[in-house]
Amino acid sequence: MTWIFENWERFWEVTAVHLRLSVVPVLAGFALSIPLGWWASRSPKARLVLFPFANVLFTIPSIALIVITPVLIGTKILDEINVIVPLTVYTVALMIRSVADALSAVPGNVVAAANAMGFRPLRRFLTVDFPLALPVTIAGLRVATVSNISMVSVGALVGLGGYGQLFTEGYQTDNTDKVLAGLIGTVVLAVLADGLLLLIGRLLTPWARVGR
Amino acid sequence: MPGYAERVKVFGIYIQGGPIGVVVATGGIRRVIEFRAVTKRFEDGTIAVDELDLAVEAGTITVFVGPSGCGKTTSLRMVNRMIDPTSGTILVDGKDVLTVDPPTLRRGIGYVIQQAGLFPHRTVLDNIATVPLLSGWDKRKARTRAAELLEIVGLDANFGKRYPAQLSGGQQQRVGVARALAADPPVLLMDEPFSAVDPVVREDLQNELLRLQAELDKTIVFVTHDIDEALKLGERVAVFQTGGHLAQYAKPTELLSAPANDFVASFVGRDRGYRTLTFLHAEVPVHPVATAKLGERVTITDWTLVVDEQNRPRGWLSGVDGEVEVSERDLVSGGSLYDGSSLRGALDAALSSPSALGVVVDDAGAVTGVVKADDVIQALAKARAAGEVPK
Amino acid sequence: MGGWLFDPAHWSGTTGIPVRLLEHLGYTLLTLVIAALIAIPLGAFVGHTGKGGFVIVGLSNALRALPTTAVLILVVLWAGLGDFPVYVALVLLAIPPIMAGTYAGIRAVDPVTVDAARGVGMRESSVLLQVEIPNALPLIYGGFRGAALQVVATATIAAYTGAGGLGRFVFDGLALQDFGQMLAGAVLVALLAVLVDLGFAGLQRLTVSPGLRPVGSGGKS
Ligand SMILES: Nc1ncnc2c1ncn2[C@@H]1O[C@H](COP(=O)(O)OP(=O)(O)OP(=O)(O)O)[C@@H](O)[C@H]1O
Ligand SMILES: [Mg+2]
Repeated sequence: MTWIFENWERFWEVTAVHLRLSVVPVLAGFALSIPLGWWASRSPKARLVLFPFANVLFTIPSIALIVITPVLIGTKILDEINVIVPLTVYTVALMIRSVADALSAVPGNVVAAANAMGFRPLRRFLTVDFPLALPVTIAGLRVATVSNISMVSVGALVGLGGYGQLFTEGYQTDNTDKVLAGLIGTVVLAVLADGLLLLIGRLLTPWARVGR
Repeated sequence: MPGYAERVKVFGIYIQGGPIGVVVATGGIRRVIEFRAVTKRFEDGTIAVDELDLAVEAGTITVFVGPSGCGKTTSLRMVNRMIDPTSGTILVDGKDVLTVDPPTLRRGIGYVIQQAGLFPHRTVLDNIATVPLLSGWDKRKARTRAAELLEIVGLDANFGKRYPAQLSGGQQQRVGVARALAADPPVLLMDEPFSAVDPVVREDLQNELLRLQAELDKTIVFVTHDIDEALKLGERVAVFQTGGHLAQYAKPTELLSAPANDFVASFVGRDRGYRTLTFLHAEVPVHPVATAKLGERVTITDWTLVVDEQNRPRGWLSGVDGEVEVSERDLVSGGSLYDGSSLRGALDAALSSPSALGVVVDDAGAVTGVVKADDVIQALAKARAAGEVPK
Repeated sequence: MGGWLFDPAHWSGTTGIPVRLLEHLGYTLLTLVIAALIAIPLGAFVGHTGKGGFVIVGLSNALRALPTTAVLILVVLWAGLGDFPVYVALVLLAIPPIMAGTYAGIRAVDPVTVDAARGVGMRESSVLLQVEIPNALPLIYGGFRGAALQVVATATIAAYTGAGGLGRFVFDGLALQDFGQMLAGAVLVALLAVLVDLGFAGLQRLTVSPGLRPVGSGGKS
């Protein structure tokens, strides 16, 4: 623990990088997964393509995806994009399912009623389907966020930033305290992000808690 | 198909001396289950059963009936220690159940519940063989026994390989009964076993249970909230009142003719006079009826009963004068059939028939004639005069 | 690009593809066995008694947040190089999904079925072993297969601390700037993951009662 207090500035610096490297992919992945998940909830054919594809993406080790990315998109080996792109891919793979399941679970009679009231499709999606799908979607988002925060560290194995740097440096210099500092930082960040999403979910979906 | 006597002998081989022992008819009345001042108070303070005193006789069907929440299930589940009483004693075969370890006790008592509760991961045959296997029978013997029971509860042998999800509700219930009977327990507890199936299947299952009881001579405690079911099945009926009180424990006819209090009177219903007919058997004159077969050309003058090749009723042809060809689409259906069981059946057949003539059938379902409502009323009057109906 | 993968020279010897593949498979299987031995009894016990469910959920979530890399490095720093740190890190990774699947599976068994099991005279051990676990198997397998995928993918980082497995190709390739070798390592891991999942899917089909399949699929009628 002493390492954190003795190296306060460095700790904040890696925390900021870690946060950036995990939050950007969550947001990007979430945004991408909404149209894809909507498509999958609509069309069985889309599901047949998207779901197995998402499953295969998961089987690729994160370290491999991180080292392959620069070759595929032509970035430099130490570019942060090399972590952001793979984590975005994982987030999309995870969230497509959540979004599709959540949208499919919206009661048919509610949708029918909204159509009968004359909602146009986009407006209906934004004001009816999507809000009703939020609880399940946010549950998926919590899993994706926690696993992203834990996965960012892998980037350090190829020299990228975040708490993972404390792991690799601690390993090379035999400094257990430094590794522990990174581990604690990761877990605290994950717990905080998870709690925050839980809170946002509750605020956005007050109706989901009525009668419990 | 073994006859009745043979089948009993077959059962004899499998009778096992469990902790409860084998019920032996001793001639007189024997109390198999006894509640002595039994009270059950749940942790939240609910008194589900209040000072229950009640004895169940060997070889009878005893029905617990009453409105929802009156403590029927709780009373039943205290017999096999699925619930333990707060105070009082329950004896099964003279032995305090609290002195027997629950699993051992339960293996000696058959238990059937509303949703059948079959094990979804086991085939029908393995479901039925559960208790014999738990009691240490070898696998082959248990399977043989299970196959036998499948037949006894009226299911085809090839159902044995199916899984519960592949059965209808009524079939699942039959398997539930078979599973409870597998180790040949002298006592059977049944908690609303037929309430989740449709009325037609329910009636089938009820008749089947009466047949089984006549054959196997078990002591059965049967829970229901349906007063008709209670009156049909019970030799003795215990009416429970909300709060876990036993309001009356009597024979069905007595409940109908002499309800102990207003609660029982209202529970057995306003039409209890009509229900009484269920327990009256009197000669009702059977009249001949004009019949015709499908496809025949007949001249009809009055309501004509259309029958099939086996002389079983298909429907009525309305009383329009003239010559017609009997075709399916002209049939007026409806009406229950009277099989000579009780005055209630006769009256119901007459009242429910579009022609006001109740169709009488024999055991094979063939038409033997018709009865009229007037005749039933007269038979009733005669029975009353003979003192058969308690006032 | 596939040149490295199909070069016969890379298919033999103590550092060849077959050896690394077997190492990787070895890490995976032993990890899963250890994790299952810990997680299934815990999840089953808590699911059966219904007490302490919050412990299971909390423990699963806390473990999920643990970065595997850090655990691996910490154990290496404490206990030295070797396979032991790899197993510690991977077992901690595999426990949450298996434990959560087992717990959820047992809780999802119809209470009527469990009541009936007691009613026919099963002892608590039989209720758990003969009724609850067989009925929970589909969800237990769900958690287990999820864990297997994660373990296969993550076993790759074992090579960072010098252990074996397919991760060797990724890290050696990285050190040598040999892109072909890195790609070959990644492809082999993904392939192994798919094969392992297929294997467990087969095992699931063999060990889960046909009575638990969704109605309409399989079984005679
Ligand atoms: N485990 C329990 N804890 C607290 N109260 C209970 C419990 N089980 C039953 N009760 C209460 O005890 C009373 C009797 O319940 P019981 O299940 O015996 O009724 P029942 O006559 O079988 O009703 P039903 O016809 O609805 O099945 C009810 O008020 C019920 O709410
Ligand atoms: Mg009940």
